[in-house]
Amino acid sequence: MSAPRTRAVYLDHAATTSMRPAALAALTAGLARTGNPSSLHTAGRAARRTVEEAREQIAAALGARPSEVVWTAGGTEADNLAVKGLFWARRTQDPSRRRVVVSAVEHHAVLDPAFWLAEHAGAELALLPVDGEGRVELDALRAELEEHGDAVALVSVMWANNEVGTLQPLEEVVGLAHRYGVPVHADAVQAVGQVPVDLRASGVDALTVSGHKVGGPGATGALLARRGLDLTPVLHGGGQERGVRSGTLDPALLAAFAAAVDEAVVTREEHAARVGTLRDDLVRRVLQAVPGATLRGPADATHRLPGNAHLTFAGCEGDSLLYLLDAAGVEASTGSACQAGVPRPSHVLLAMGVGEDDARGALRFSFGATSTADDVDAVVDVLPGAVERARAAGLSMAVGA
Amino acid sequence: MRVLAAMSGGVDSAVAAARAVDAGHDVVGVHMALSRTPAQERTGSRGCCSIEDASDARRAADVLGIPYYVWDMSERFEATVVADFLSEYAAGRTPNPCVRCNEHVKFAALLDKAVALGFDAVCTGHYARVVEGVDGARELHRAADAAKDQSYVLAVMGPERLARALFPLGDVASKAEVRAEAVARGLSVAAKPDSYDICFVADGDTQGFLRRALGEQPGDIVDEDGAVVGTHDGAYAYTVGQRRGLSLGRPAPDGRPRYVLAVEPVRRRVVVGPAEHLDVAHVRGDAAVWFGTVPPAGASCTVQVRAHGADVPARVLAADAGSVTVDVADGGVRGVAPGQSLVLYDGTRVLGQATVAATRTAADLAGAASDGPA
Repeated sequence: MSAPRTRAVYLDHAATTSMRPAALAALTAGLARTGNPSSLHTAGRAARRTVEEAREQIAAALGARPSEVVWTAGGTEADNLAVKGLFWARRTQDPSRRRVVVSAVEHHAVLDPAFWLAEHAGAELALLPVDGEGRVELDALRAELEEHGDAVALVSVMWANNEVGTLQPLEEVVGLAHRYGVPVHADAVQAVGQVPVDLRASGVDALTVSGHKVGGPGATGALLARRGLDLTPVLHGGGQERGVRSGTLDPALLAAFAAAVDEAVVTREEHAARVGTLRDDLVRRVLQAVPGATLRGPADATHRLPGNAHLTFAGCEGDSLLYLLDAAGVEASTGSACQAGVPRPSHVLLAMGVGEDDARGALRFSFGATSTADDVDAVVDVLPGAVERARAAGLSMAVGA
Repeated sequence: MRVLAAMSGGVDSAVAAARAVDAGHDVVGVHMALSRTPAQERTGSRGCCSIEDASDARRAADVLGIPYYVWDMSERFEATVVADFLSEYAAGRTPNPCVRCNEHVKFAALLDKAVALGFDAVCTGHYARVVEGVDGARELHRAADAAKDQSYVLAVMGPERLARALFPLGDVASKAEVRAEAVARGLSVAAKPDSYDICFVADGDTQGFLRRALGEQPGDIVDEDGAVVGTHDGAYAYTVGQRRGLSLGRPAPDGRPRYVLAVEPVRRRVVVGPAEHLDVAHVRGDAAVWFGTVPPAGASCTVQVRAHGADVPARVLAADAGSVTVDVADGGVRGVAPGQSLVLYDGTRVLGQATVAATRTAADLAGAASDGPA
């Protein structure tokens, strides 16, 4: 095993990424200021101005109007507001609209609210299947809408998958759903800064963005909700954000969040080309160097996020690989969240038809602003040995003598 | 050395890991997830397995500045320890799940995986000492603190696996010393209560756990002549030597208390009788594991036949690689339950261990009526 590197090779930018200098500057400049944006005095007005400028900045970057931005404390809250808020609002208007249609590969921040609604609020859940590359089956959506069009409250299909990077056919999803008057929510947390994301151009009715995924501060996010879209609040309180999302706003955080989104969008093309080249290089070399390695997600790189590489290694446990890479100074991810502290095979891979054993040996490498060609070299250097070791350690499932 | 510290979330394993770090080892903390559906918080005196315990282990690793991982051992644990626990009770024996966990999970699956991943040793918070013998072979000894000694449940691992085990708490004078050390090190688990119960029995209600898993199997409680003196809902709920909870309708003719002498699940019978019929003369054990050479017939030693049981004088009657029979007639041993471990000691040194298969009582030897085994 190689000695630990002096600088860790960080290839987990899809989990979180370093803060952009512009965001850091906005954040630190704002932290020392006092003022509640809801207050009417001078300090309050200054704070309000910062919040509104941030709102305008983020709206402009993502093809929305300022009034369409609802601040939240992160992507998860925005997803919850979209799924629950749309369901409740639609059901209130028309009690027969109880079906929640989501893709089987959604992030848990969408899946779990949908399951929760089915369990506790009388929703009927329809999970849309995906193909072997993780792309939503449009025929299944068409069939769902043909059969239950009048009963569907909302459709939620993510812009790009967080594990395997698959870009979803949102244009077609929106076209189908709107034919039946059904609003579409898209979780674009991973997409912003990597592919063009534009609320108006996409036709999507509600869109989730997150701060820390694009080089902004943690605990910031927004739901971009098309004008006129009825959302029942999830958080009740002081009536901020036109009553849709109560809670005191933090000008410093929001200014930093908006600065990060703005920069991510402005630099997107150049960034995507750069990380796409690194990613392609990594995939090509790993497939060559490691027997039993399989690329998951779209084979055609134009159908996936440029910064995403997702591979499985037959006969390996993902957390063994993670440990071995970490010990060698390479930080990656299995791609899926732990459930109750116990690593489980990814629901995304299982939905794609990957077998449970293969799904256990998953690694996601995700590139970001700080990634370099040296990072790729480091992975190619340590991964073959790590896979060999992990394979010897086997799958903890196996119960032998 | 590269050391994997098994961290349950308790104070012992946290301090053991800390000592391994102090000894200059390259330590990585691993919490074994043993349940697919862990509870949020620990309940009663269970020592692991809840998400709270996993978080405690993580915090301890943070404080020690070592990497920390959760490894899923739940299927292995279920398939070996829990399944064995149920099948042993169903067969009328009394298993020790901690022994089985050490045999199949901690010093087997975990150790194997650790070695495959490049670790040299597994460190745990067990109270036992590893001593280098005159010939360089590593010996397993009782802990310095006899009250906390756990060599009884560790002996099953055998000498090869012992060579890769690290027990940094073997020399401590008392648990109080460990707690004080945890406080001094800033470990938040310092005041966490000790665990006693079986970790996978959620509420500590072993009888309820068995009843839910094995179902009701009603039958008779009989005396040594076969006369019915009561009924039961499942022979598996009884353990040889047990006195309480028999709820016998008919008192013994002599009015003396009666004890469980035998559990016969196939006939759904529980046999009861007077205390002196529990006086064990010979104990035979199978699945023997030896540290060093097999002791010769006639060798004197001491034995322990249950966790927290006394160390009693014994003599080896016969022993080979796979089994052992000892004479404990002078030890005052009562009610040895098949399924428990029989551990042989020379002073503090573990000679070997076996799983109790059968016993003969003094009464058996005297030719009293009984289908005595051995």
